[in-house]
Amino acid sequence: MKIMVAVKRVIDYAVKIRVKPDKTGVETSNVKMSMNPFCEIALEEALRIKEAGLASEVIAVSMGPTQCVDTLRTGLAMGADRAIHVDAPATLYPLSVAKILKALVDIEKPGLLILGKQAIDDDCNQTGQMVAGLLKWPQGTFASKVVLDKEKQVATVDREVDGGLETLCLDLPAVITTDLRLNQPRYATLPNIMKAKSKVIKKVTPDELNVEIKSDLELVQVTEPPKRKAGVIVSSVDELIDKLKNDAHVF
Amino acid sequence: MYQQAFSTNVKPHFENQKNVELCCHPLRDYIGNLQVFVARNVGQTYKIHYRSFSSAAKLIQRNPSFSTLNADDVKHFKEILGEKNVIEDEDTLSTANVDWMRKYKGSSKLLLQPRSTEEVSQILKYCNSRRLAVVPQGGNTGLVGGSVPVFDEVIVNLGSMNSIISFDEVSGILVCEAGCILENLDSFLANKGFIMPLDLGAKGSCQIGGNVSTNAGGLRFVRYGSLHGNILGLEAVLANGTVLDMLGTLRKDNTGYDLKQLFIGSEGSLGIVTKVSILTPPKLSSINLAFLACKDYFSCQKLLLEAKRKLGEVLSAFEFLDNQSMDMVLTHLEGVRNPLPPSMYNFYVLIETTGSDESYDKEKLEAFLLRSMEGGLISDGVVAQDINQASSFWRIREGITEALMKAGAVYKYDLSLPVEKMYKLVEEMRLRLGPSAKVMGYGHLGDANLHLNISTSQYDDTVLAQIEPFVYEWTSGHRGSISAEHGLGLMKANEIHYSKSSETVQLMASIKKLFDSNGILNPYKSAEFIIFPEISHFLFNYIECEGNQDSIAELGQTNNGKYAEEVIWMENFYLSYQLRSWVLIVITSHSCKEVSGIVS
Repeated sequence: MKIMVAVKRVIDYAVKIRVKPDKTGVETSNVKMSMNPFCEIALEEALRIKEAGLASEVIAVSMGPTQCVDTLRTGLAMGADRAIHVDAPATLYPLSVAKILKALVDIEKPGLLILGKQAIDDDCNQTGQMVAGLLKWPQGTFASKVVLDKEKQVATVDREVDGGLETLCLDLPAVITTDLRLNQPRYATLPNIMKAKSKVIKKVTPDELNVEIKSDLELVQVTEPPKRKAGVIVSSVDELIDKLKNDAHVF
Repeated sequence: MYQQAFSTNVKPHFENQKNVELCCHPLRDYIGNLQVFVARNVGQTYKIHYRSFSSAAKLIQRNPSFSTLNADDVKHFKEILGEKNVIEDEDTLSTANVDWMRKYKGSSKLLLQPRSTEEVSQILKYCNSRRLAVVPQGGNTGLVGGSVPVFDEVIVNLGSMNSIISFDEVSGILVCEAGCILENLDSFLANKGFIMPLDLGAKGSCQIGGNVSTNAGGLRFVRYGSLHGNILGLEAVLANGTVLDMLGTLRKDNTGYDLKQLFIGSEGSLGIVTKVSILTPPKLSSINLAFLACKDYFSCQKLLLEAKRKLGEVLSAFEFLDNQSMDMVLTHLEGVRNPLPPSMYNFYVLIETTGSDESYDKEKLEAFLLRSMEGGLISDGVVAQDINQASSFWRIREGITEALMKAGAVYKYDLSLPVEKMYKLVEEMRLRLGPSAKVMGYGHLGDANLHLNISTSQYDDTVLAQIEPFVYEWTSGHRGSISAEHGLGLMKANEIHYSKSSETVQLMASIKKLFDSNGILNPYKSAEFIIFPEISHFLFNYIECEGNQDSIAELGQTNNGKYAEEVIWMENFYLSYQLRSWVLIVITSHSCKEVSGIVS
């Protein structure tokens, strides 16, 4: 069984985001870019499944401009066997991504598609659900535990839901999206970085996959969230009650 | 009245005066541990190990020439600074009285928070006239007890002087007040596309004035060098309130003596730094970090050499830690994991590169690492793929201090030694102390700076006696420095002679006297107790007087009155405190000997 994992190149989680002065988006030039942390978890899960002998190959996929190859190299250095780079414009909306993934699944025929539950740049949390719908595959989103049964061809997925944990049993092939607590991703070791140099990154275009990139969304403006106002120190309980009543309108 | 219980015992030393280059520390009894100091043994053991570690402060005697704070003083300070900035509140004082490591504790009753240079000047002018001792304080993150009071010194905290005065976006020169927190300056600069030339673990609380006064080193040293090079100018207030404006913003200025350098690293003993101008390098966008394992120390050394050669312009940090340090971090810090498989490696190295081209730098670093791995210098390694991973690697290196604090008692030494000999000291110390203590070595290999740390379950004088003065002697013997970047502070004030020649120390003492004649600035922590060699003769004569008042009076008038001042001072000192003992350190050209005496 093959496992396909989608990895997205995003602004590094630790970078302080700055909105462009013209409000068309956030500043990405001269900013550290890394693999989306949820995608890292997805890739780690795929690698663990493969190491447990339940999968034969892990394929990493990334979509976007040429620099996505760096993210794929990271994926290969972590242990993915090969990679596919879909050369596309920088801004892709979840439906386009889902369509491209479906086209790739049709070619590669993996038994499992693992994605991060969302990307930390747009926080859409839609791609996994959409691609499952397009493929008509079962989906286990926000997975915090994944157990695979090779014989019965099912995946048991624990999901973190508001009320606690929900356990789902999915028939393979299936789509799984990963939550934060699923695993702790590994580091890229030097021997693996060395090995990754000789691994193949195949480049395809949306045209070759017969996917038309378009969006029904129009971006109006990107603005920063309002800054928190400075607090005040009150000198007495009476003043506090007064502030709560008249300024904060708590009572 | 006085009896020289020891005079016959010590005489042989004194008779050999010609070999004695310098006789200093007559007030060693400030520090002298009177209990350990066994009077009867004076004849047999001149070398007495009374350097107390955790309790050093308790054993120092308060200098009687300092006045004690009274209500009028407080009232005066309130007039200068306003009610709000004169703090007598016990809770606030208890934090300001204790250092970050909780090793040194003073008992100051007053904390002043000036908001301007003018206020600092007025404070010092007043303190100097009243002979009130002062301890300047910044973020209080020092490791050697230099930023806390020893007794009742007035604490002058610069934290309220925290504004940025100017920033030149072309030259990258930042001018700011001394109380600015390092991390805040760094974030301010980040928005402008620059960084501070120094970075250290305590960046969230330490202040730039303190960094300058202690000449802090830190993690960017290997790339951007010392503050002696990066500080272009500063403003300082002398003990008598004089404001020295040396706040230049020029990279080149060869007019006269470069006096600002004296304030860099003098630990607040010459003046209080109030403003600084710093040359800041541009922020480079591409930072890469590798965490590596090496099988032995020799490989670490060779790797450093190779890294300097092959990574040249992008190399920005080269740190190392040994297996014992790693264990310490893994055991005592939550959420830290070894990035490498748990097989036993003896040494770990962090290599950071900073450059302007992400993919070029990464390729360069990876190529270098792979070559080094093939060559056997590196046994294993990982390369951070994002900032989060990089932070977790740094967390290991920067977390050692914190882990050690949790582990129990720790004896910390910050030494500068030739790289090839650096780790030998750790090994020797390990052999010396046996299994009862954990001996760890880590530090800035790129700057030949070793942090030797010894962890035991609790503080123990016998362990200390095993460590000191051995560690200082060893360092001195290899022409190293006993304080590479932490400073001397209270902890090592009296060990300066291990790293500096007697002539140098003398000159330092004269400078101190010139800048701060009453010795009110950060007392008990610097070369101020050192009396010049000619005075050693005076001391011998003084001893010869055997407490006879007539002879002493006569001595005060001889030498054309040259030593009259010292006589009065000595008399005041000994009489007012009825000290029973004192210590002399006699430095000869090769070694240091201590001689002690009892006056009863």
